[in-house]
Amino acid sequence: MSLLEVKNLHASVNGNEILHGINLTVNIGEVHAIMGPNGSGKSTLAGVLAGREAYIVTEGQVLYQGKDLLEMDPEERAREGLFLAFQYPVEIPGVNNSYFLKAALNAIRKHKGLEELDAIDFLSLLKQKTKLVDMNESFLNRPVNEGFSGGEKKRNEIFHMAVLEPKLSILDETDSGLDIDALKTVSEGVNKLRSKENATIIVTHYQRLLNYIVPDFVHVLVDGIIVKSGGKDLAIKLEELGYDWVREETVHAV
Amino acid sequence: MNTETNAIEQFADQEYKYGFVTDIEADSTPAGLNENIIRFISAKKQEPEWLLEWRLKSYRHWLKMEEPRWPNVKYPPIDYQAIVYYSAPKRKTELKDISEVDPELLRTYEKLGIPLREQEWLAGVAVDAVFDSVSVATTFKEKLRELGIIFCSFSEAVREHPDLVRKYLGSVVPANDNYFAALNSAVFSDGSFCFIPKGVRCPMELSTYFRINAADTGQFERTLIVAEEGAQVSYLEGCTAPMRDKNQLHAAVVELVALDNARIKYSTVQNWYPGDKEGRGGIYNFVTKRGKCAGVNSKISWTQVETGSAITWKYPSVLLIGDNSVGEFYSVAVVNNYQQADTGTKMTHIGKNTKSTIVSKGISAGHGQNSYRGLVEMKKNATNSRNYSQCDSLLLGDKCGAHTFPYIEVKNTSSKAEHEATTSKIGEDQIFYCKQRGLSTEDAVNMIVNGFCREVFHELPMEFAVEAQKLLGVSLEGSVG
Ligand SMILES: Nc1ncnc2c1ncn2[C@@H]1O[C@H](COP(=O)(O)OP(=O)(O)O)[C@@H](O)[C@H]1O
Ligand SMILES: [Mg+2]
Repeated sequence: MSLLEVKNLHASVNGNEILHGINLTVNIGEVHAIMGPNGSGKSTLAGVLAGREAYIVTEGQVLYQGKDLLEMDPEERAREGLFLAFQYPVEIPGVNNSYFLKAALNAIRKHKGLEELDAIDFLSLLKQKTKLVDMNESFLNRPVNEGFSGGEKKRNEIFHMAVLEPKLSILDETDSGLDIDALKTVSEGVNKLRSKENATIIVTHYQRLLNYIVPDFVHVLVDGIIVKSGGKDLAIKLEELGYDWVREETVHAV
Repeated sequence: MNTETNAIEQFADQEYKYGFVTDIEADSTPAGLNENIIRFISAKKQEPEWLLEWRLKSYRHWLKMEEPRWPNVKYPPIDYQAIVYYSAPKRKTELKDISEVDPELLRTYEKLGIPLREQEWLAGVAVDAVFDSVSVATTFKEKLRELGIIFCSFSEAVREHPDLVRKYLGSVVPANDNYFAALNSAVFSDGSFCFIPKGVRCPMELSTYFRINAADTGQFERTLIVAEEGAQVSYLEGCTAPMRDKNQLHAAVVELVALDNARIKYSTVQNWYPGDKEGRGGIYNFVTKRGKCAGVNSKISWTQVETGSAITWKYPSVLLIGDNSVGEFYSVAVVNNYQQADTGTKMTHIGKNTKSTIVSKGISAGHGQNSYRGLVEMKKNATNSRNYSQCDSLLLGDKCGAHTFPYIEVKNTSSKAEHEATTSKIGEDQIFYCKQRGLSTEDAVNMIVNGFCREVFHELPMEFAVEAQKLLGVSLEGSVG
């Protein structure tokens, strides 16, 4: 059974269809990259999978661990191990980052039938995870994302991922806003989290992240449809030839 | 969680032991108000002549006054002749056991984490046995007495310490201060009196909640707290458990007096019955609270968490008379369904180098209307004075409202007042972000709202803060779909 199966997914926002029939299969242990120019629908796809209400699915099906994902509330998806690293992480003023994560982790653990972590165990877990993404511990006691720089927010997203240990992570443009050093550490963190027990979808319009997190599969999304899929070499070819190349190819193919 | 439950339990157990038990005589006046009614009240309480005169004078003032119309709240006219102004303190309706209690109410108690015994008491179940461990002379009361601290019901203070009461009663809120204060001065039922003598720091938080009979002090509560030179006290009023009362109008007066170098911290959690989802019923809470920083370097802080009442009309204020005195006001006011709140503060700078801080957090949900009204006044001689005001409003939904009416009057050139205000809507994005991390909508709203109020909760005594956070969640339940 695949971890995620997206079949002929159509979705619209405010009555405009953005996704025109996406097919995608992700197996456990795999890393997929979805590349595509700005406005091609990458974040829409990520949002539909995470359950953002503004997106209306008009056709198609999504199975997650064999279950109908689209039937599930966003929080249920999260508790079932689906994680979205936001392209634009949200600020929650006055709510301490570690307090927030503790509530989140315990909600997930409760769902799994595990005991809630107490303050001491949780703190030692947090400290261990800060090292993974090389995050300063001072960020634990700051309000979630408030006053964080763009790069700090992105790093914090991966930190959340490290703490919550999801099954399927969707990283939406995690590289944007990161300088080259930060990109390296964050990528290293993601690589360390990569295992036979989970899978990752990396969404990006930019190839450079894929130098650090090497995907098993690359899909090219243009105008709401996956026009090409291949191995990691596809990303390199895209970098050289640009999206016009795939666009032309598809046109010829039609 | 457990420690705090234990703390409450402990306090609740202690409470009865302090012996704040008033005479229980079943008796009441007919509805309506006239001088005879006032004489009756005063006689019933065996008050001295001067106090009767004071009440009568207040009543005569009140007759000449008009109910204020300026607050941004709407309600049908109050028939003052339909109110019963004196009924002997009685326990609330006695139910035989907890199964007779409204399950809705019990569910709320559960959510607030109130221990079962206490739930029973709050709901009016006959549980006297629980509290009836008549070891009246407790270490607590002894300890306060040793320190010279007086903490008792207002009636008891009138009997036992008439000179102190006479000296300070009405010294901060004059009987003719405003319509509701005048009414209170004429007919006040009972309340608390607290006196901290020179140089004494009260070693524990003083609380009305922990006096069983406090629930019966009625509609016209009167509180007076005096901290002499160098004295310090932290006082807690109210409780997070929903309080039901058949009396619709509540008009309390609270007076605080701080002499040289004294500090008074007054924290309130107000959760009176707010009315139902359609706005029927609910308490009108028209309160006058004022503190007087009479001495140099004195400090008075008001912290309030207001979630209850159908209508709240309340401006805890500070008169900064002593040089270098400090006034603070930290407030969270929540309105949901059809609740209305017009609340804020008045900081009157009279002495030199006086400072005031105002932090107001208004939360509106449902059809609730929330107004902040504040006056910062710096008199001519209040040189080098400072005020900082911050008023933030948070809207949940689009049928509610937030309004701010800040007034600033600076009458000298060396003083400064700074005012900041923000209004924000609880964001779909914020809620989605929380849900994406596994939190329920309810927990998400709770978390965002509590984050918004953090600066105020920070000012509350620890166990009160934890309760207040839960209370906020309960008050806003179901306000975001
Ligand atoms: N809430 C929205 N309302 C209207 N249009 C939207 C909304 N969200 C996305 N879109 C449109 O959908 C298209 C795809 O957007 P998006 O998924 O964010 O692209 P990408 O992430 O690939 O840059 C764009 O044309 C964008 O303008
Ligand atoms: Mg995007």
